[in-house]
Amino acid sequence: MNPPWSALAGGALIGIAAVCLLSATGRVAGISGIAAGSLHADRGERGWRWAFLMGLMAAAGLVLWWQSVPGSTPRVLLRDTLPAWQLIGAGLLVGFGTRLGSGCTSGHGVCGMARGSKRSLLAVLVFMACAMLTTFVVRHGGAPL
Amino acid sequence: MSRAVWAAAVAGALFGAGLALSGMTDARRVLGFLDIRGEFDPTLIWVLGSALLVSAIGQRRVLRRTQPWFALRFQLPTARDVDARLLLGAALFGIGWGWAGYCPGPAIAGLAVASREALWFVPAMVLGFWLHDRLVH
Repeated sequence: MNPPWSALAGGALIGIAAVCLLSATGRVAGISGIAAGSLHADRGERGWRWAFLMGLMAAAGLVLWWQSVPGSTPRVLLRDTLPAWQLIGAGLLVGFGTRLGSGCTSGHGVCGMARGSKRSLLAVLVFMACAMLTTFVVRHGGAPL
Repeated sequence: MSRAVWAAAVAGALFGAGLALSGMTDARRVLGFLDIRGEFDPTLIWVLGSALLVSAIGQRRVLRRTQPWFALRFQLPTARDVDARLLLGAALFGIGWGWAGYCPGPAIAGLAVASREALWFVPAMVLGFWLHDRLVH
């Protein structure tokens, strides 16, 4: 097996991003918290959140554009088959669940677990298990065991 | 713009580049990891493992300082106890993640290339944030 260089390099960039945000602003790089706060927080708190999200979109867009075949849109690199009602249902669950559980893959996974937080470790175990179970039911239409 | 805001933009850019470079913006690859019975795609575990290693070493070093570069203090989560909210929230998030294959970062990244799926998913996610604040607080 070839070493998965792009996965390792991409992961390292994500880790560096989290360290960079903490070191510069003292904040945790949790995307669900940043996104929710970009709409709800006090005005003075919104600026850095929007800057983070704009940076995220700009860089992801550039890399996808660079990865795409010349002449085609980068959009074709992403899946485009899931019906709207399923995207809405899943989006509601992800939005509600990440607020209730105080974090997502980045906040609990990359930041919290790395700091040795017991809450984050448990959250990651629970959301990974629930995600695997759900994927199984959706794809194979039955109980996994 | 303040230096903190510029730094946040740089951090966001590194994050977004990492997501796209590693293939995590594509829900098919994420579901390829989550689907243990299908054609297993281990990419996600390499990405998360690499991010965790860098983050663990880096955060430890940073938190030895008394304050961040461009702010007065570090603002880390203060909750310590595992409670029902944490577990129920993680479970609901996991169900949504395993259903569509998007967690918040990759979904927002998809907006950058006007992905149809992201254009449905992200507004629904924001509605989920709002519903939480409406119903729980």
